[in-house]
Amino acid sequence: MASTSKGLFGSSLARKYWMAATGLFLCTFLVGHLLGNFQLFLTGEEGQLAFNEYGKFMTTFPVVKILSYLTYASVLLHTVDGIMLARQNRAARPVGYVKENQAANASWASRKMALLGLLTLFFIVIHMRSFWYEMHFGTVGLDANGNKDLWTITVTAFEQWWYTAFYVVALAGLALHLSHGASSAFQSLGVNHPKYTPLINKTMTAFAWLIPAGFIAVAVFLFVVQPGQAL
Amino acid sequence: MDLTLKIWRQAGPEAKGEMKTYPISGVEEDMSFLEMLDYLNEQLIDQGIEPVVFDHDCREGICGMCSLFINGEAHGPGRKITTCQLHMREFKSGDTIYIEPFRAKAFPIIKDLMVDRSAFDRIQRAGGFISVNTSGNTIDANAIPVPKENADKAFDAATCIGCGACVATCKNSSAMLFASAKISQFSLLPQGQPEAKERVLNMVNQMDLEGFGNCTNTGACEVECPKGISLENIARMNRDYLFASLSSNK
Repeated sequence: MASTSKGLFGSSLARKYWMAATGLFLCTFLVGHLLGNFQLFLTGEEGQLAFNEYGKFMTTFPVVKILSYLTYASVLLHTVDGIMLARQNRAARPVGYVKENQAANASWASRKMALLGLLTLFFIVIHMRSFWYEMHFGTVGLDANGNKDLWTITVTAFEQWWYTAFYVVALAGLALHLSHGASSAFQSLGVNHPKYTPLINKTMTAFAWLIPAGFIAVAVFLFVVQPGQAL
Repeated sequence: MDLTLKIWRQAGPEAKGEMKTYPISGVEEDMSFLEMLDYLNEQLIDQGIEPVVFDHDCREGICGMCSLFINGEAHGPGRKITTCQLHMREFKSGDTIYIEPFRAKAFPIIKDLMVDRSAFDRIQRAGGFISVNTSGNTIDANAIPVPKENADKAFDAATCIGCGACVATCKNSSAMLFASAKISQFSLLPQGQPEAKERVLNMVNQMDLEGFGNCTNTGACEVECPKGISLENIARMNRDYLFASLSSNK
């Protein structure tokens, strides 16, 4: 048999490896991001100074910089690869069914990964415009320690009900995306074993709901407490 | 029982098709779904209408010829059955039943409900075999020890009848369950090892060339598969392909 293969680029399976690898890397990013956000539970000037110190560290420390470039690259690759996969999948069935009972054999989230992914991408753009862009290119005031006052930008954003509402909806969409994707990534990479797969699936399902719940908890806390008004 | 059948009619591969409605009465609950279609066709012939073309052969669930997307599911409601094993007792009088061909770019329609599944044959030809020297000193397969667990898993994979329900039911028209079963039945056995790398690389490549979609791991194929082929096979194919890609010299 002569081998004819596109190897790790271009084939249907390779595309899935890249989706899985970038997806899992972005899951680790979420953990780091959430741990940082938990500092927002600290209110008053103490919280403001600590959060801004953390913001300075996150934008200047070299290791974090490398990780951030990896994160941008992963988001880009996950998006482009996902769109290419979705286009191929659509082309694979040019004429659809008149009656199709998809709910009989697959979960809703697993069938709507592209839609949930695009919703998440839309959220990322808005989210980065609100905070990342302001921190890097906007005109940001300084706090008592002379650090950029990202804290005030953050807490005032979540004082607006519509901003918090959009955030909650977007994170719920992310939870659904992860409820399938986080465990599915292991299957794509060929990790399926009777001994470990039940544990992996339970862990990743818990991850999928708990991490977005953590983000939502911080956002709702900021909306309810309105720490920006206290200063 | 009295039924209303909505059936996809299409005169040929290039013709424009449409759903047509056929009321039918006198259907007995002990008829298989295919017998019900035979019964319909006898009536259509009597009325001078061209009978509905559909695939069938053994009618005992082992050949993989009968297809049909019935009421939104491959081989209709019920699990681990082919259409010939579906009986009319699963329906009740007054029901409307939608009957459509398996839909995939790689499974072009020949006529009405009959589709061309030879894309599966081409995937098989790309590597779904082992090369055995027949010079006269062939080693008896039973002389090579095989762990019982692997023999069982290889046999389970080999029960795939190539019906295409996995492709029909997958939202992406993906053939991963079929291809992975045909790869696994050899990759689990010692006889399959000499050609293991080329096999997985070539069969996946052929699968891609045929225009099947990708795998989203929805698991729908496993649910609708008449033989209960496991998603474990897809994971095995995924890791075999990954290792083969990394270690193959080509």
